[in-house]
Amino acid sequence: MSTETRAEMVNQPVEWEPRIIAFLCNWCSYAGADLAGVGRLQYPPNVRIIRVPCSGRISPFFILSAFRNGADAVIVSGCHPGDCHYISGNYSARRKFALLKGLLDHIGIEEGRLHFTWISASEGGRFADVMGSVTETVRALGPVRQMVGTGVGT
Amino acid sequence: MSRTCLTTKIREEAARLLADGKVDVVIGFEQGSLPLRATPCFARDAADAGRLVWNSFCGNNLSRYIRRSQKRIGLVAKGCDTRSIIELIKENQVQRENLVIIGVPCGGMVDGSLVRSLFGGGEILSVEELEDGLLVSGALRTVLIPWEDCMHQGCRVCTRRNPVIHDVLAGEPVQGLPADSYRDVTDFAAAPPDERWARITGEMDRCIRCYACRDACPLCYCANCFVDATMPQWVGRGVGSSDTLSFHLMRSLHLAGRCVECGACERACPVGVDIRTLHRKVSSDVAGMFGYTPGMGLNEPAPLSRFEPDDPEEFMTGRSPCAK
Repeated sequence: MSTETRAEMVNQPVEWEPRIIAFLCNWCSYAGADLAGVGRLQYPPNVRIIRVPCSGRISPFFILSAFRNGADAVIVSGCHPGDCHYISGNYSARRKFALLKGLLDHIGIEEGRLHFTWISASEGGRFADVMGSVTETVRALGPVRQMVGTGVGT
Repeated sequence: MSRTCLTTKIREEAARLLADGKVDVVIGFEQGSLPLRATPCFARDAADAGRLVWNSFCGNNLSRYIRRSQKRIGLVAKGCDTRSIIELIKENQVQRENLVIIGVPCGGMVDGSLVRSLFGGGEILSVEELEDGLLVSGALRTVLIPWEDCMHQGCRVCTRRNPVIHDVLAGEPVQGLPADSYRDVTDFAAAPPDERWARITGEMDRCIRCYACRDACPLCYCANCFVDATMPQWVGRGVGSSDTLSFHLMRSLHLAGRCVECGACERACPVGVDIRTLHRKVSSDVAGMFGYTPGMGLNEPAPLSRFEPDDPEEFMTGRSPCAK
């Protein structure tokens, strides 16, 4: 996480706006975000994008770290099943995500805080839609209360 | 078969293996220095084998000691212990040919802290294992605690009490529960999210981060544990619930598809944190979604090292119209 993104997260804005971290696969969702931009599609500015080489690169550490550092929500997006640039990264990732999501729901973390989705490079519209709907969900939930670090050693 | 018979049988087998030079050491249990305790015993010659015992306090998972050993080891193992041995063999941490497993069918182990709380204060001076329960004696009173009241939580739902692999079987196979219903998981999930969160954070607030759970776990053997890493530092250094919860969440995910629910982590915990809830949820998901039960076969691939094109993805947000 860049120092800039981190600093942004630590310094609470005066009026609360959702701060959403999106981990996007370089080969699809990141390009999807790019397409949304090139196409001049409107989507909320609450999403901070972190580019990763593949959804398979995402470790649950990244997601928990984002929450501990005060992210109001986390979105992880990769290539549709069958479309992985590395053949099977997203399939392996899906198993990990299923377990993480199940575990976080189980311990009572609000359901709308963590989102997994598949967005391809051609789905700029879908990218904007998903970012919009997630932002609305998070806005309704309010600022994150769970899992936020105490500041000691964070 | 009574526990005395099991002790005799284990001693005989251990003495035979050591006398024949089949193994360099037999790892089992000996009587601990306090009641309600059995302590690991490393028997190196036939005379040592006389120290071995078997009772209801042999809860520790001794497969913790066999990893990366160059010695030929005889290991006294319960059902859950043999399952962790299988996982260790699959992960190339143990050579099967260097191992002689003395399997012991297990009737469930006693939870010492439960016994102490049921006994209700005062020092416990001796315990005796009877047919219908545990006879606990202190200076002033003697209490009979029924077996079902003092068993470990994990042993109460254990479906695999007999060793999965063994070279020698001490005693007759016992009857386990037919199938794991994960009733505890669904019961917990039935509570509202806020209540679940309160219960989990309540547990995590007690954690003092001594890492005894990790150190007792037979499958937590990473040379560099994520929790000790500083570059990057994934887990905060505090004992606040967000830091301790991050640690326990990540540990349970590291053990996904590997945890055999031996309960070593909970037994080791000095403050009695309920770690099971997390591991049981992951286990039930691994079983439900990927159809995998850890430690049941040497040739089954680990669930997170493989995938199916139609793995469940109901958890995903805004599923595309072309998804099944």
